[in-house]
Amino acid sequence: MKFTEEHEWLRVEDDLVVVGITEHAAAQLGDVVFIELPEEGITVTKDEEVCVIESVKAASDILAPLDGEIVEVNSALVDDPSKVNEDAIGDAWFFKMKIDDLSVLDDFMDEAEYKALVG
Amino acid sequence: MTDQKRTALYDFHVENGAKMVPFAGYAMPVQYPLGVMKEHLHTRNSAGLFDVSHMGQVALTSSQGLEAAMLALEALVPVSVVGLKADRQRYGIFTNDDGGILDDLMIANTGDHLFLVVNAACKAQDIAHLRANLPDHVTVTEITDRALLALQGPKAEAALARIVPHVTSMRFMDSHRVSVDGAQWWISRSGYTGEDGFEISIPAEISENVASQLVAMDEVELIGLGARDSLRLEAGLCLYGHDIDASTSPVEGNIAWAIQGIRRKGGARAGGFPGAARILAELEKGADKLRVGLLPQGRAPMREGTPLFATAESTDQIGAVTSGGFGPSVAGPIAMGYLPIDFAADGVEIFAELRGKRLPVTVAPMPFRPSTYKR
Repeated sequence: MKFTEEHEWLRVEDDLVVVGITEHAAAQLGDVVFIELPEEGITVTKDEEVCVIESVKAASDILAPLDGEIVEVNSALVDDPSKVNEDAIGDAWFFKMKIDDLSVLDDFMDEAEYKALVG
Repeated sequence: MTDQKRTALYDFHVENGAKMVPFAGYAMPVQYPLGVMKEHLHTRNSAGLFDVSHMGQVALTSSQGLEAAMLALEALVPVSVVGLKADRQRYGIFTNDDGGILDDLMIANTGDHLFLVVNAACKAQDIAHLRANLPDHVTVTEITDRALLALQGPKAEAALARIVPHVTSMRFMDSHRVSVDGAQWWISRSGYTGEDGFEISIPAEISENVASQLVAMDEVELIGLGARDSLRLEAGLCLYGHDIDASTSPVEGNIAWAIQGIRRKGGARAGGFPGAARILAELEKGADKLRVGLLPQGRAPMREGTPLFATAESTDQIGAVTSGGFGPSVAGPIAMGYLPIDFAADGVEIFAELRGKRLPVTVAPMPFRPSTYKR
């Protein structure tokens, strides 16, 4: 699993990049009450705002970690946003992306580097 | 921030895992490890303990007696202070010459003097306002050696009665002074959550001991400012500086109920407070805009500042959300805001603009969840 400085995790499944937010990010947000996901099939560019995530405290955005196409979104999260607090790195994935070159993932932090970042 | 003030319970909050944030010049707990959602629901289902010691506690005494102090205060607030019986309290507002609201407050008649509780962010200004405008026979004393706790929720009475059995005899808006182990407890049956409960002023030096005793009870959890905000929002209660301020009148703010008939046109002590001309006229004819409850039809929370429109296409903004978010007990988004009077009726559909999209919102009655005061 790889990690971004925006506190997202990335993991490769069936040649797609699955994206979610880290447990650290979920804990910082607090109880998540609303999620807006992108439309399946859209093309996004890195750092574009693709999801809205709101907790009882505040609203924030999830940025596309890479250039690519959103091929699938986890619509179960819309019905039950609290999954993000319960299982951030498992059930609570946000979307799956198709990207041209999976090797770009090597540029992201591994778990040890991410843990060092969030202390 | 080293210049933040601390309440007597600062160390207690930190020991209990609070996340401390700056609020009105104080370092205050926004949440504890339970989190905002569970803290909110716990208060609704059991009992929540809040430190509200940052709020201002003020005594008004008069060398000419209690009645003179009451009459004097009526020159600054549009409520009936003289009509407030001993051991009772009521909600009040300080108004300005334009009929706007300088602060909202609680006014208690102790039988000997008046005891006020004012908002933390306004307390210096309120005290200066009182000192500048009350006659010389009234002495304004800020009480700085006492903590203020709120214990709120359906099990608040049972919990507090273990320490102070007297509280079972109190009803909503009673304000009693009770001696407990030699200390004076000033207890009112009130709060700002929509729940039955108590606000408790005690000597600062015993506050940690009292808070520890309460939190040790199964019913009681510590609750931070985050849940305090969602609780008061569900209860339809306004937050000064957001839902009401110096530019909004009490009629616009939908708190005209706080102005008793005796201070209105035709009453025995009509007018005689700042902004009376505008406020008395609005009480008769209504205001041009009104604070209303807003229920977003979808799931997206609508926060303070969200602009409101009459239709999905119209370009003229008609109002804005003044506070809003997610209501854990309502299990959905709730908000309040100001609308022109033509739109300010329950059931009217308007639109909010959120992230470039127009989303439907229904004007709704408040509170969003029935209050459970013990009247």
